Amino acid sequence: MIEINNLHKSFGKNDVLKGIDLVIPKGNTIAILGPNGSGKTTLIKSILGMVQYHQGTIFLDAINIKKGWQYRKQIDYLPQIANFPNNLKVSELIKMIKDIRGKKNTHENLYIDLFSLHPFLNKKLGNLSGGTKQKVNLVLAFMFNSPIIILDEPTSGLDPISLLVLKDIIQQQKAHGKTILISSHIMSFVEAVCNEVIFILEGKIYFNGTISALKEETKEDHFEHAIAHLLKTIHA
Amino acid sequence: MLKILKYSFFDLIRSRWSYVYFAFYLLLGFVLLFLNNDVSKAVITLMNVIIILVPLMGTMFGIMYFYNSKEFTELLLAQPLKRTSIFIGQYLGVATSLSMSLILGLGIPFFAYGILKSEAILDFSFLLISGGFLTFIFTAVSFYIGLFNENRIKGFGYAILFWLFMAVIYDGLFLISLILFEEYPLDTFSLLASMANPIDLSRILILLKLDISALMGYTGAVFQKFFGTNWGLIVSLGVLLLWVLIPLLLIRNKVLKKDF
Repeated sequence: MIEINNLHKSFGKNDVLKGIDLVIPKGNTIAILGPNGSGKTTLIKSILGMVQYHQGTIFLDAINIKKGWQYRKQIDYLPQIANFPNNLKVSELIKMIKDIRGKKNTHENLYIDLFSLHPFLNKKLGNLSGGTKQKVNLVLAFMFNSPIIILDEPTSGLDPISLLVLKDIIQQQKAHGKTILISSHIMSFVEAVCNEVIFILEGKIYFNGTISALKEETKEDHFEHAIAHLLKTIHA
Repeated sequence: MLKILKYSFFDLIRSRWSYVYFAFYLLLGFVLLFLNNDVSKAVITLMNVIIILVPLMGTMFGIMYFYNSKEFTELLLAQPLKRTSIFIGQYLGVATSLSMSLILGLGIPFFAYGILKSEAILDFSFLLISGGFLTFIFTAVSFYIGLFNENRIKGFGYAILFWLFMAVIYDGLFLISLILFEEYPLDTFSLLASMANPIDLSRILILLKLDISALMGYTGAVFQKFFGTNWGLIVSLGVLLLWVLIPLLLIRNKVLKKDF
């Protein structure tokens, strides 16, 4: 379970998060929605301890994350932009991350098969296309089988087949009772894999509930229209 | 931390530039020994090269590695690792591999020449020790500068400027102040001023070990009186150590506060 209380963060004069309160129960799949620059990535990076927040608390299974780094053993994270050391080969990178995390029984082969990455294993990461890098990124994110999965824009650069594979993987992870947090702009993808959404705008949460509740509240049939409606009512 | 150190170290060992750096010292060592045919003289010439070049290489490699491994660092930050061990591990990887190039590059030719049987063994080991210190100091400072500057060009600029200040400008200011205040007693001032700059400090330490301080006149006598003793030696090594530890402490504080 992830519990966030009154989280504030600013970069200089730019207030990015203005008091986020959020509880993500164990086993839920939640999507974070919101326009560009609304604070989605900052929220995710705060949970990971990459961004140092000024005010508020984050608890992960009742442990305050400010107190350590061990809690990250429970998190698998997919960063938004796949930045890898360019002079490494794909297989070397996987081996290295495994070694650094100190885990032996990982599932990289399963995901390498699913994303058909075998021809790329001995290529340097600098020579891969954006979509292939994203697949490597996904392999790294899923292979450790941790109880919490955080995916920041998992669909970016993926071809339609890989997108289907990704949806299947997420459904399987849900079935295993994982807590999953996804940020995405692709509404059809969100609707297919998530039951709950939170909508962030300018650092505040404006909606937190199931997709059907959102549709009811906005009286729209389509998820995309419901989100657009939400944006309009907030700005009005 | 040891794992990060290992990966950074091997990453650098595999890089072409480490070999170039190593080969340069190897060549320099052999050439100097063949031209001079005298170990002591070779040590003096080497000192002049090392005192300027080692800090420059430490600065350049440090800042280059810091920026080049940015992606790697971001990847590591999301892993269950302590923040400080990521950065200190990378720093130790760079500084150790540079020191190794220096020590092996100069060590091999001098060893082949028979340094172990010569009287200059102590002078030579002093040369290597101060070279090692200078590498660790300037790599640490360049890492610190890198942490503050997202802009690579600016970071490079500041790092080179720091080297230039320590290697060239500092001495100029020092000399000017000695001339301006020549009517006052300057013993303590010049002692402290040379302590405050690791490059000057290393130079003086090596010169005094070589027993050519007489060449430096009155100042040489003052320095000999202080640095020549065991106490002076301990203080100087302590100051060099502080020059490594203070930037490391600053790196630690900055790393703990920084957003990625």
